[in-house]
Amino acid sequence: MTGDKLPGAASPNAGRMPIAGSARRIRQGDLGFLPVLAALVAVFVVFHLANPYFLTPRNLSNLALQVGVLGVMALGVCLVLFIGEIDLSAGSVAGLCAVVLVILSSRFGFPGTFAITAAVLLGAVVGWMHGTWISLVGAPSFIVTLTGLLVWQGVQRMLVGNQIGQILIDDPLVTGIAWTFMPDWLSLVLVSSICCGSLVYFLLQSKSGQGMALSSRAALAAEIAIFPTLAVVIYVVLSQHSGVPVLLVILGMLAIILSIVTEQTPFGVHVFAVGGNAEAARRAGINVSRIRIILFSACSAMAALSGVIAVSRQFAADSNTGGGNLILDAIAAAVIGGTSLFGGRGRILGALLGALVIGSVANGLDLLGQSANVKSIITGLILLASVSLDMIARKRRIRSGTAGA
Amino acid sequence: MSAPEQRRRPAISELKQNSVAERVLDARGISKRFGRVQALAGVDMDVRAGSVLALLGDNGAGKSTLVKIIAGVHQPDSGEISVTGETVRIASPRHASEFGIETVYQDLALCDNLNVVQNLFLGRERRRGRNPIGRLFLNRRAMESEAGKAFGILGVRIPDFRSQVSTLSGGQRQAVAIARAIVWKSRIVMFDEPTAALGVEQTENVHCLIRRLRDQGVGVVLITHNMIDVFALADRLIVLRRGRRIAEMDPAQCSPNDVVAAITGSAKSGASMP
Repeated sequence: MTGDKLPGAASPNAGRMPIAGSARRIRQGDLGFLPVLAALVAVFVVFHLANPYFLTPRNLSNLALQVGVLGVMALGVCLVLFIGEIDLSAGSVAGLCAVVLVILSSRFGFPGTFAITAAVLLGAVVGWMHGTWISLVGAPSFIVTLTGLLVWQGVQRMLVGNQIGQILIDDPLVTGIAWTFMPDWLSLVLVSSICCGSLVYFLLQSKSGQGMALSSRAALAAEIAIFPTLAVVIYVVLSQHSGVPVLLVILGMLAIILSIVTEQTPFGVHVFAVGGNAEAARRAGINVSRIRIILFSACSAMAALSGVIAVSRQFAADSNTGGGNLILDAIAAAVIGGTSLFGGRGRILGALLGALVIGSVANGLDLLGQSANVKSIITGLILLASVSLDMIARKRRIRSGTAGA
Repeated sequence: MSAPEQRRRPAISELKQNSVAERVLDARGISKRFGRVQALAGVDMDVRAGSVLALLGDNGAGKSTLVKIIAGVHQPDSGEISVTGETVRIASPRHASEFGIETVYQDLALCDNLNVVQNLFLGRERRRGRNPIGRLFLNRRAMESEAGKAFGILGVRIPDFRSQVSTLSGGQRQAVAIARAIVWKSRIVMFDEPTAALGVEQTENVHCLIRRLRDQGVGVVLITHNMIDVFALADRLIVLRRGRRIAEMDPAQCSPNDVVAAITGSAKSGASMP
């Protein structure tokens, strides 16, 4: 209750943050990264027991490369999920931009930098069109991006045209993205800067919470420690094989940049405000349409980038690039990572871990010689389990009286 | 912010004297037409610092239109608004906040998924610095310390500023919505039916918060149907009927029946309550 009408009861110090990050969130029924981390550990353990080859550096290096296309797309898709919208067109946009990339490079002979830039810009423009249409007309994003899915897929196939099969690409920059590994010294520099960055961030955060309890400090440390721990483990494991793939560094950098934008800047607060209560955000003077258009542009630009990565992995693009279950897997990855389809809740790193779960299942089942059908069933069940766990936790929170949306 | 600050609150008598002189908002001859409906016809309203003005009227009398014009949501067809003596044009809600005009909506307009501090500073976040890089980042410490002061003034205890608003009680949520006005050093705060959905105890809490706001020298406008609100809080009241200003009354010198009669337009003042 608010209630204290006694003037003395209101000491400003009462508002000092007593509990840090994860501990409080879990107590409030928000499980954060726990479900997705648990899923990841479970998947790793199960596949390791089924086939010890799964956890070898060689296979994990492979996995890191396989997860690139899905991971980049999932990072983009969770941006629009944050504001309660959806983008069904990301797969088609990835395919379209992939085909444009190979045509620019192979048929017209443009250099790789230009072709990649053009493909990503094309993605951004397509996303801008989706976002603008949704804002201006007020049509649901589901419909507008479903239209996008159909239209851009059609355009992609027209561009591939009479070419039978694939359009090949041999630009060294494009093909290098997915097949180059970091030199050892550069990996070391990166890992140590991630460790230092996390330490500095922890010190800054714990300084801002004077009077913070020792246990909260530990909880904050545990939450922040995820990043350097992941970095060190990945480095140690992958350096036993060919080293850290450049693709993984790109993915990690994108995740870090997007995490900073969504969690440390006013723009990020506005994004979650729009997702939580768009009317309140509008009354607070936030330009809701502008935020929506920016996020749809970013989502499609990321989709285009995942198309570029797909081309790099296949040395080609065809009418199926970006097709199939890719977009649904990307949405599933974001949701497994704790992003709400209703908007206003979720974290970037969760989407990345979710993509890793889906990628690991696919990789592990391949090793066991299972068909795509089994992959599909298992991925679906993991999605259901992680969302159900989240719903049960939230119900418990509502029952305990600290109700929420 | 370390030690709890003593609230320096001017004595109420002192404020009442000042309030006669200081008109923080003066609206003259405001008219607004929506299609064929004359929503407002030459309405005058003035708001004084450190005093509560109740705006009364039946549904469709024009209260909300008047408040929305002052909040920058609608533009008047004619009339003049001045804020602390200067004639202004209030083009948007953002613009209104720049003039120190804040509105507390009935639904509170809070984002449940954001925390207390994020809600308080929504749309006007404090940033790390003025340089291009510092401007990109949130300054949480500054915002938390300002939030602490604001809740101190309101006399409200919020255990944890970093907890989501969805986990707060109804009264704490009211306090968050009202604390925005203090954080922004608003000169005029308009409440739209603040107690319409509340129980007895919560209503009393809201009254307490509004009094504290008034004691800070803020000019408060209260739109309400609730006679309890009016007689508990208002220093003056204005009655609108069909877009016209019908009466200005002093709650100390009239009865709820007089007020109801003015609102409904029944001939005799002192008519029995329906």
